[in-house]
Amino acid sequence: MAKRIEVSDLNVYYGAFQAVEGVTLTVEPRSITAFIGPSGCGKSTVLRTLNRMHEVIPGARVEGKVLLDGEDIYGSDIDPVNVRRTIGMVFQKPNPFPTMSIYENVVAGLKLQRKYKRPELDIVVEKSLRGANLWEEVKDRLDRPGAGLSGGQQQRLCIARAISVEPQVLLMDEPCSALDPISTLAIEDLMQELKERYTIVIVTHNMQQAARVSDKTAFFNLAATGKPGKLVEVGNTTMIFNNPTQRATEDYISGRFG
Amino acid sequence: MTLTALDPDPLHLASKGRLPRWASPAIALACAVLLLLVFAITPADGRADYLVTLAVVFLVVQFAISYAVEGGRKARDRLAAAAAVTGLFLALLPLVAILGFTIVKGMKRFDVTFLTHSMRNVADSDPGGGAYHAIIGTLEQVGIASLFSVPLGLLVSIYLVEYGGGRRFARLVSTFVDVMTGLPSIIAGLFVLSFWGLVLHQGFSGFAGSLALTVIMLPVVVRTTEEMLRLVPPALREAAFALGVRKWRTVLSVVLPTALAGITTGVMLAVARVVGETAPVLLTVFGTSSINTNPFSGPQESLPLFVFSEAGLPNNTAVDRAWSGALTLIILVLLLTTAARLLTRRSAPRGR
Amino acid sequence: MQPGAISGSKDANKGRWLDVGFRRLSVGSAVLVLIILVAIALFLLQQALPAIHKDTANFLTEQQWRPDDTPAVFGIAALLYGTLVTAFLAMLMALPVAVGVALWLTQYGPRALARPLGYVVDLLAAVPSVVFGLWGLIYLVPKMIPLSAWLSTYFGWIPIFKSDAIFGKSIFTASVVLAIMVLPVIAAVTREVFLQVPRENQEAALALGSTRWEMIRLAVLPYGRSGLISAAVLGFGRALGETIAVALVLSANYTVSAHLLTPGGNTIAANIANTFGEAGSLGRGALIASGLVLFVITLAVNFGARAIVARRREFTAAT
Repeated sequence: MAKRIEVSDLNVYYGAFQAVEGVTLTVEPRSITAFIGPSGCGKSTVLRTLNRMHEVIPGARVEGKVLLDGEDIYGSDIDPVNVRRTIGMVFQKPNPFPTMSIYENVVAGLKLQRKYKRPELDIVVEKSLRGANLWEEVKDRLDRPGAGLSGGQQQRLCIARAISVEPQVLLMDEPCSALDPISTLAIEDLMQELKERYTIVIVTHNMQQAARVSDKTAFFNLAATGKPGKLVEVGNTTMIFNNPTQRATEDYISGRFG
Repeated sequence: MTLTALDPDPLHLASKGRLPRWASPAIALACAVLLLLVFAITPADGRADYLVTLAVVFLVVQFAISYAVEGGRKARDRLAAAAAVTGLFLALLPLVAILGFTIVKGMKRFDVTFLTHSMRNVADSDPGGGAYHAIIGTLEQVGIASLFSVPLGLLVSIYLVEYGGGRRFARLVSTFVDVMTGLPSIIAGLFVLSFWGLVLHQGFSGFAGSLALTVIMLPVVVRTTEEMLRLVPPALREAAFALGVRKWRTVLSVVLPTALAGITTGVMLAVARVVGETAPVLLTVFGTSSINTNPFSGPQESLPLFVFSEAGLPNNTAVDRAWSGALTLIILVLLLTTAARLLTRRSAPRGR
Repeated sequence: MQPGAISGSKDANKGRWLDVGFRRLSVGSAVLVLIILVAIALFLLQQALPAIHKDTANFLTEQQWRPDDTPAVFGIAALLYGTLVTAFLAMLMALPVAVGVALWLTQYGPRALARPLGYVVDLLAAVPSVVFGLWGLIYLVPKMIPLSAWLSTYFGWIPIFKSDAIFGKSIFTASVVLAIMVLPVIAAVTREVFLQVPRENQEAALALGSTRWEMIRLAVLPYGRSGLISAAVLGFGRALGETIAVALVLSANYTVSAHLLTPGGNTIAANIANTFGEAGSLGRGALIASGLVLFVITLAVNFGARAIVARRREFTAAT
């Protein structure tokens, strides 16, 4: 199921402003890769270019290559809609569809593909909610509004919604930054289970979180405000946190700036 | 445990087919040329007919091609996008035509005589005459209506925002304001006619018109100013309260000044809304061809009423005057809306 | 601390009175709003009832409008029919187009173009109805003649398009003018509503692999639904109550006819504007009675829409 992502020499621009410069890295399948770095270093921007979500922002454009198991997602015959179906995303703020029930939220993506029969959908809903460790908490109120859940539950509902279409990769953009510690722990546990089946990339501000959950860590930094963000180094998480090769990484990890 | 229900080949990013970027304009061009031929050899005729037919044909052809090449989802996506553009054109064409038509036709008599003379002793078929009396009437009627509805509306919105606080009575008032917003303007005219004319036995006058316009303007002022007052950060009020400032002073010297730009905008939009109201004025002011500067006695004229009565006459001279009256109205509305817009933009950082 | 600092000196008490006074003033203004609306209903009723009493025909089913004859014969049937049909047809034409415009302005159009066009729409929503009426009378009515003839020739077998060779100032023309008039009103409100749709929901829909249209159906339309209903009601209310534009483009008569292209028909508001000048005292009472009917319809539409919106909100707000 899971796929490898290879990013080579990626530049991202917002209009005339270059936000990210020369990023090259590989994301291994069935692993968790964390993007860390100070605010504005372009880590979220890079994450969004992995499923072409940056195209939602007017004026944003990309140079370079992003290969998904060897296939360039920026190829001329590639439809961004298919890219996003294959590479799912979970956002910073839990964003269930406010007018939909829990059930409808989970199957929202699936219903786009083709017509499904109710029993088929039932199976997917249970499977996805179990996959997101939410089933036991909501199985008796699937017809209630998704917006009525707690913040942590909403975020797990969003994860269920994202995995219901069986993506190859799951991108998570600071998924815990709006949550309390207990909900954060629940999501972190969930990520460990999800990595059995998916390639996961997570952007986080929380270095302990990166150290706890990720297999590999990529550190982004920017020379000064107004300059583009760069990938400083990427490696096994234990290596990045214990003996980084770059001075900037060490400074950031040890809390000397950022 | 894989779900076989998904795409037959989910491992490929490329869709089964994809139309190139130039496909949509190319299809549009082809349809336009083909239709031109059809229009040339058949009795079909007319620019408007051509454009409407073209829009329909383009929507259908593009949908069909896209469906065949890219499948149903893409085809529906293209259809929706094209339909939105078509809707835009369909809407803007007549509307811009109305504006353009009014400007072109209105310029013909939009001169000094028009702005400085009344219709007294001017026959329908005479080329002269003007809307001076109507402009005077409109300014007085709208002015008096604003004098009533602005303070009153402001007080109501102050109640809703500062005192109401989700109380049942506040919700009731809010509902009533909504209902009043949706009230047909002629009802306001009928109300003043019954109450002022038939029960209190007062005659037609500019003042009666102002009363009717007040009924229309009041809910608009309440809604817009309410919105602006709600934008004032609660922290400002709390800061004033913490200094021991009384509520009425807080409202008058902290809340209102902060929201002033927004309130002015709202009032301007409300004025723009009533300046062109014809129906209520027709029933209360009645209309006249002479100058009557006293809004408290005798029928007055008003601009929309002037346009209405001149438009109904069979002479071209009268219709020309109607167009110039319409142009005057549009200029008034344009000035008010644009000023309101500029004001909002300048005060935006404070508002939001 | 001095004794009496909290219990208040003379000056402090004066301030308190002002506080109470200001509060009463604002509450009083709010009460006045209620009084005005209730007064509208009462005064209309007070003037309408005697007139209806003197009516020798059935006010609800009679089509003719001759209140100043002896005996007085008048009824609301033809007017009510014309009012509802024109407003309904106008909404049928305007609503889909207005939603298309709002969608383009918020979802499809490039910002540099969508912004000024949004302003144009706002401006058009403020154009006085008498201007639409004038344009309809001078420009549109002659243009409608060939279109109506064409519809009648090819679709005459459908009763509503059947007509006897004379066209122009018909119910259909009035509906078109109304549609053009309410379109920018609905579009302006709908645009505001669509601008409020949270960006996060739109992104969530796109990240699930939806096309732009599917994103609109998943995130934009459901969220904007209650606002859309309000906009439609606002437009419908305008169309129902529009007086001058209709009065200018209809050649009035008092019959209920399914042939929408044939000249004739009338609406409550247009009838008031057209006949008010010559109406006698019973005639005015009768016109006020017809206005009362219009008032009741607008109230019904308003509260009907509120009920729908409230039911939707209940679901969204529930926990």
